Parts: sequence; C-alpha cells; structure tokens
Amino acid sequence: MARQPEGPPPPPTVQKLRLRYAKRGPLRFASHRDLARALERALRRARVPMAFSAGFSPHPKISYVGAAPTGAASEAEYVEIGLAQRCDPEQVRAALDASLPPGIDVLECVEASGAGSLADRIDTSVWRVELPGVALADLQSAVEEFLASDVVMVAKRTKNGLKDVDARPAVVGASAAEEAGCAILHMVVRQVTPAVRPDDVLAALVAVADLRPPSPPRAVREAQGRLDDNGTVADPLGPDRVVGTRCQGEPATV
Amino acid sequence: MNGESLYPRLEPLLAQVQKPIQYVGGELNAQVKAWDDVAVHWALMYPDAYEVGLPNQGLMILYEVLNERPDALAERTYAVWPDLAALMREHGVGQFTVDSHRAVADFDLLGVSFATELGYTNLLEALDLAGVPLRATDRDQAHPVVVAGGHAAFNPEPIADFVDCAVLGDGEQVVGDITDVVAAWKQQGRPGGRVELLTRLARVDGVYVPRFYAVSYGPDGAIAAVTRTRDDVPARVGKRTVMDLDEWPYPKTPLVPLAESVHERMSVEIFRGCTRGCRFCQAGMITRPVRERTITGIGSMVDQGLRATGYEEVGLLSLSSADHSEIGQVAKQLADRYEGTNTGLSLPSTRVDAFNVTLANELSRNGRRSGLTFAPEGGSERIRRVINKTVSKDDLVRTVTTAYANGWQQVKLYFMCGLPTETDEDVLEIAELAVEVIRAGREASGRKDIRCTVSIGGFVPKPHTPFQWAGQASAETIDHRLRLLRQAINADRRIGRSIGLRYHDGKPGVIEGLLSRGDRRVGRVIERVWREGGRFDGWSEHFSYERWTAAAAAELAPLGVDLDWYTTRERGQDEVLPWDHLDSGLDKEWLWDDWQEALSEEEVADCRWTPCYDCGVCPTNGTEIQIGPTGRSLLPLTVVGR
Repeated sequence: MARQPEGPPPPPTVQKLRLRYAKRGPLRFASHRDLARALERALRRARVPMAFSAGFSPHPKISYVGAAPTGAASEAEYVEIGLAQRCDPEQVRAALDASLPPGIDVLECVEASGAGSLADRIDTSVWRVELPGVALADLQSAVEEFLASDVVMVAKRTKNGLKDVDARPAVVGASAAEEAGCAILHMVVRQVTPAVRPDDVLAALVAVADLRPPSPPRAVREAQGRLDDNGTVADPLGPDRVVGTRCQGEPATV
Repeated sequence: MNGESLYPRLEPLLAQVQKPIQYVGGELNAQVKAWDDVAVHWALMYPDAYEVGLPNQGLMILYEVLNERPDALAERTYAVWPDLAALMREHGVGQFTVDSHRAVADFDLLGVSFATELGYTNLLEALDLAGVPLRATDRDQAHPVVVAGGHAAFNPEPIADFVDCAVLGDGEQVVGDITDVVAAWKQQGRPGGRVELLTRLARVDGVYVPRFYAVSYGPDGAIAAVTRTRDDVPARVGKRTVMDLDEWPYPKTPLVPLAESVHERMSVEIFRGCTRGCRFCQAGMITRPVRERTITGIGSMVDQGLRATGYEEVGLLSLSSADHSEIGQVAKQLADRYEGTNTGLSLPSTRVDAFNVTLANELSRNGRRSGLTFAPEGGSERIRRVINKTVSKDDLVRTVTTAYANGWQQVKLYFMCGLPTETDEDVLEIAELAVEVIRAGREASGRKDIRCTVSIGGFVPKPHTPFQWAGQASAETIDHRLRLLRQAINADRRIGRSIGLRYHDGKPGVIEGLLSRGDRRVGRVIERVWREGGRFDGWSEHFSYERWTAAAAAELAPLGVDLDWYTTRERGQDEVLPWDHLDSGLDKEWLWDDWQEALSEEEVADCRWTPCYDCGVCPTNGTEIQIGPTGRSLLPLTVVGR
C-alpha cells in the first residue's frame, strides 16, 4: 500500500516563461548545480508563483538548457520556468534579477508561445576566448592549422576516465582577432555528444600547433541558438517574441 | 597593509582547482565595506572547508554584528584545499578573504572559531599561507592579533603558542569590546606596541592572553601550577554570557552560498544553553544558563530570514529544541503561517522524552516528512543513568514505534561507544534495542519497509564536564565493541536488513581526545603534524592516525609523557587540569561530585523545572535562567509565494 501525499494536488502550470541570463565576473566559476540552486532560491525570494511537481517532495517546474561549463562566463544561458499564476514577463525578469547575486544577471524574459521547445531551438554555441600572453600571429596560424585538419583527437576527462574525442567536426567556424593587446579566439561550435568545449578546442590547438597559453584562457559564451543554413545562429527566443509580447532587459549582444 | 584585492593574481589559479566557486565570495547577503572608512579590520575564519564553514552560525553572527559598526569591517576566510594552497605558495598569493580577496595579513585581527579541535592544523596552514609567524611571540605590531573562539577555546592550551588571545563564551558583545580596545590603541599611535595591546585586551572580560600565564610541571608530568606573569591580568578568566536573546536577533540576513554547503537551510537559534545535565556534553556545560528566545522573537527571525534567503527549510536550532517552553505553539503557529508554501521546519536535536507526535506532525506539515533522529547516546538503561540521559527502554521503543505508526519510515538513533564504566554488554544492548524497535514498528505500522539507522561514534571526554577526569577508551576497545555490535545486528537477517549501522572507527577520537584535554606541550605535536603535511584532520581522507601517533611519540617522549597519558589515563581529584584557570562558571567541586554520582549511576534532574543543583554558573556570572512561556502569539503574515 503506497503512501499518498496529503492535501490537494499542486496547481497546474498556467504560463511558461523563458529566460536568458548571463554569468559574469567571478561567478563564471559557478557550476551548473550552483546556478540551479541559486535560481531556485531567487525565485522564492522574488515570490514568483511557481508551479510545482506533485509527489512527496514537490519541485518547482524549471527546465535548464545546455549549461556553460564551470569556469566559462556566458551572456546567453537559457531556462524555462512554469508558473501557477500568470505574470508580466518583464516584472518577473526585474524581480528575479534583483534577487540574484550580482554577476548572475537576468537579461530577457518572454512568454513561451512560439512552436517548439527551447531545447529544439538550441544546437550551437558562439564562443569568445581571451588568451592573455598569446601572440595574435601564433593564434592565427594555430587556428588555420586546426581548420585545415580533418581529425584532431584530444583527451577528454569524462565520468569514465580519459577518453579520446575528435574536436574538429563540432567546430563550424573559428577565427583569431586582437582586442586591447589580447589575442581573441572566436568560434562557432555545435553542441554534440560528447560535448566539445572551449577547453577541448584549446587542447586541439596544442595538438596541432603546440599553442600553450602562459596563463589560463577566459572563455565567454556569447550566444546560443540553432545554426541555420546560411551559417548564422538564430535567437532561440525569436519565435516567442514574434507571437507574444516582447520584454527585453538589455539589447541582445548577439 | 592596504587591503588591496588579490583577485587579479588569484583568478588564474582558480581555473586550475576543484570547486573554484568556494573561493570567489559574492554570496547573497555578503557585505563589502571600504577599507579606509573604518578603524578596525577583522578577518573571521572558520578553519575548515568552505562548505562546512559557510553555514556556521557563530561566524555569521559575528560577521553581521561587526559589520553593523561604523568603525569596523569583517570579512570571511576559510581553509584552502591543498590543490589551491600549493598554487598559492608557488605564485606567492597569501591566505585571502572571500569577500574582497584581501590578504589576511593586512587585517588588524584574525578571529578563528573552533567548533572542534581537529581544525588546529588548518589554523597553522592558514597562518603560514598568510605569511603570519606561527608563534604569537614572533609577531610584531604589523601582524594581525590572532583570536581563538568557539567551544574548543574553553581549553586553548594546545594552541596557546599560536594564538594571541582566546575568548571564552558568547561572542556578540566581546567582539565589540575588543574592537574598542584596538581602535583606541591605533588612534593613540599604537603605544607600547603589541605587548601593550595584548595587555589591554587581557583586561577585557572573557579574553585570555596565554603569554601572560606561565605553566610549570611536576615530576609526574602533571601540571604543578599555572601562574600569571603580570598582576594586571586576571588570575582566572571568566566567560561571557549574552542575556536576552531577543536583543540579539542575528544572523538577520543569513549568507546564502552559490556553492553547495553541508546545511542547505536557514537556522534560527531558539535558545542557548542547556541544563539537562548530560555528563558527556561539553556544550551543555559551558553554555549555561538556558536563555530562550521568545516565540515572537523566533517568528520575526524566521520571517526576516526566509525573505532574505529564499531557503525552503528552517532549522529551529538549540541543544535540545523540543525543550523550548513554547515549542508546541512555535511549531504550530509557524506551520500555520507557512501553510502551502513548501516551507519545512526541522528540529535538529530532539530528545526522546520530549518528542510527541503532534509536534512532529506540525513540523512536517508544509515540508517533507523526512527521517526522525533521536539520540539515546547510551545503549543500556544503566549506561544512560551514568551519562544522565535517562530514558527507559520501553519509552524509547514506544516513541519510535509511534513515529512509524504515524507515517515516518526512517528513524535514526545516535549512540556513543566508550563511555565511562561501559562494558561490551552495554553496547550490545543497542542491537537488542534496534531489533525491538523494528519488530514493534512493523507491527504498529503494518509495513515491512520501515528502517532504523544506528549511528555510533567513540566518546571523547571534554574539559569543563564531569567526565573531564575520565580515562578515554582506547581505539582498540572502541573498534572491538563496534565489531561485536555489527555481528549482533547481522545475526538475524530478517530483522537486521531493516537496520543500518553507521560508525566511525576509534582512531580520530583518540587524537581529538589528545587535543581536547591537552596542555601547552601538545602544541609541539600539532606543529610537527602540520609540518609533515597534516591538514583537514576532520576529513577521513586527509586524517592520518600514524602521522599523529608518530609525532606525539617523538615530541612527548622527551617530556616524560605520551599519547596514553593524555587520553586513556584517568585523572585524580587533585590534579591541576590545563584549563583550571579558565572559568566556565561551573564549580570544580560540583563537577567532581557529579562525576562520582555518575560512577554510582545516580541521576540529576534539570534545574529548569526542579530546584537549582548548585553547578555554580548563575551566581558566578550573575546570570539566571530565562524561559517562557510568554503566552504571546505570532501575527499572521502575508503568505510568501502562492
């Protein structure tokens, strides 16, 4: 005889909101779990009327999409939340942003209204990696070497120990630039399994050109979305904006 | 000396270590003040990993109390894991605070809160990483004043060479007094240097400055005398006691970390002190008298804290929470207030004899009906009389059975092994008890899937308790009895499979015993262990018994004492104990009489409800028991969330 939770079932989800948020500065060292915990608590502090799952330990309805790795900053993390009461998306954005620690900044909030789930609209990341102490010319030739290769195997730490992964096919495009005397690697990388992260591409640059940065590089995810046929990454909240009301915190940097 | 941020130099190192988030600060409710705006700078340290140290209530309270002062700032620092420590040494980055990443060496004071003695090696590691000389007498006026606090500071003798001061008792008021002294001394142009500052601090109530007390030893290795070396410091140092907890509603805005921590909840201390008189319990002896927070004081702290944190569980904290004079109303009215918000309430410490189902149901009404935990501590009724935690076996079984019958599936029972006068039979009774609990529980609940977890560890005799004279059980004795217990529990598989056994081997307890009842000579052992790589001794994967025993043998043999002398040896009535000059308010004669009564299995009642038993605390300190009921009620609030 299974025990039944006491009391009435939780109220149903009446509205779904999709959020874009950034992790910046020292908070780039937060892991996905850290961010998830912070977001749940911030939702409670902001008194957002969350919908909960049923059962003995009800959880707020939150779905995460492709979190940036620990140590990488991001301007484009996405999450979807389910509410038990309808709310104005901009008010939710502002209240949630105020409740989160500085460095986790909620940039946009729109009501889910267009076709398709958030996960269906994201398959690619746009990265910018600062490489302090690396000469632009060295980065340029390493990137050229990498792009000219068909296969670049790198050792990747996984749950089951080290595993060799080909870093090349996931990288759709890469280029070198310089800003304020610092070499910058720009790249567009498909979200594949096992994941190819900025660290893996940097390991690939060591493999093809022995490019060894003197200090740890800093990666920022600038955008996520679906790679379309002409090679651009589409805004994953675009379809919702077309249908619903647009509520934007800051202009998107994409 | 300027409080400049080390972050630009630290950041590249963080990319190379485990869980870097623990070093970056920026927690919700963290505070950062400008360095030059204040006269006195405090670094507050919890000498363990961030995940353990961050939820510590004591540190959070002092952090807020100090930061509320316009003339002071406080930042936090925690023990750094070996991976980052190695990189910091390689790159010349010192021990830093997480709030602004300022060098600990830049601060005026370093306050270290010791909940357990196993943090001592982490103190040495932090001092060394900070570039502060290990020995207090090697420091000059540019170095921070190192202040130890917390329960372990009631015998700071093993770390007497490494700290400048130890603070006895409640910290809320004394940190203000210390701040005043330091501010005045700095403002006057630091007259007389560090020694003058320490002399002034030694005159603050509750502050002990070890260097002003000399210890001599007799031919038998025991202490001959502890004498002050200046007559302008007190012969005995007393403890501080904060009266009226409602006046001190801290922490008001508890810190909420991004990183995972050991307590994912908000805590409100519902009373301080305990007079149950459990003879093994140092906390219950040194925090007397009982001072309750009122129901309305609790209500407003819960309300403010939940708003400030977003936590979904509130722990009603104290040494024995169900003993609060209005606990039933507190639980009911809080549960009413947070109905429908998925906010859980919990009582971290519940006595078997104070438990009732109504209370437990109120606590779990809005949250999760997780496990219940009871701490009978002793396996047999006889040993429970010895430790003065008297609960009959029938009551225990009845209470736990009632819990099963009311829908709890999991009950945890805490015990200790190696208590004074204990025999194998006393420990084996734990198995009988657990078996009976499961049998009766299955019958009462009609379910087969109920579980009982027995959690057991070795007893460590502590200073300022009636057991301070007791011989500690050896690691072999503990391990032998735990083995017998495991066999007994597994003897009947049909019942045994519903019983879990969690235990700690006896070795760390022996070292904790050395550090708990040690004197100044033990400082050499701590330093040697640290030099040989000892860190994070509270973590089994870092603790090395062999390193400790080898260091103890090498350092203590020339002094004519050894590890056993400090641990398994029973002390006599006339022996000068290393902490005799530190006054917890308890009469040594009363403690001795209570020790004798323990040996003859006599109980003592709680002075909260029965006449005073003359432990000495209230007359010595001019304090009194503060309990309700107040008869007040919580006002309904606008409900949080939906």
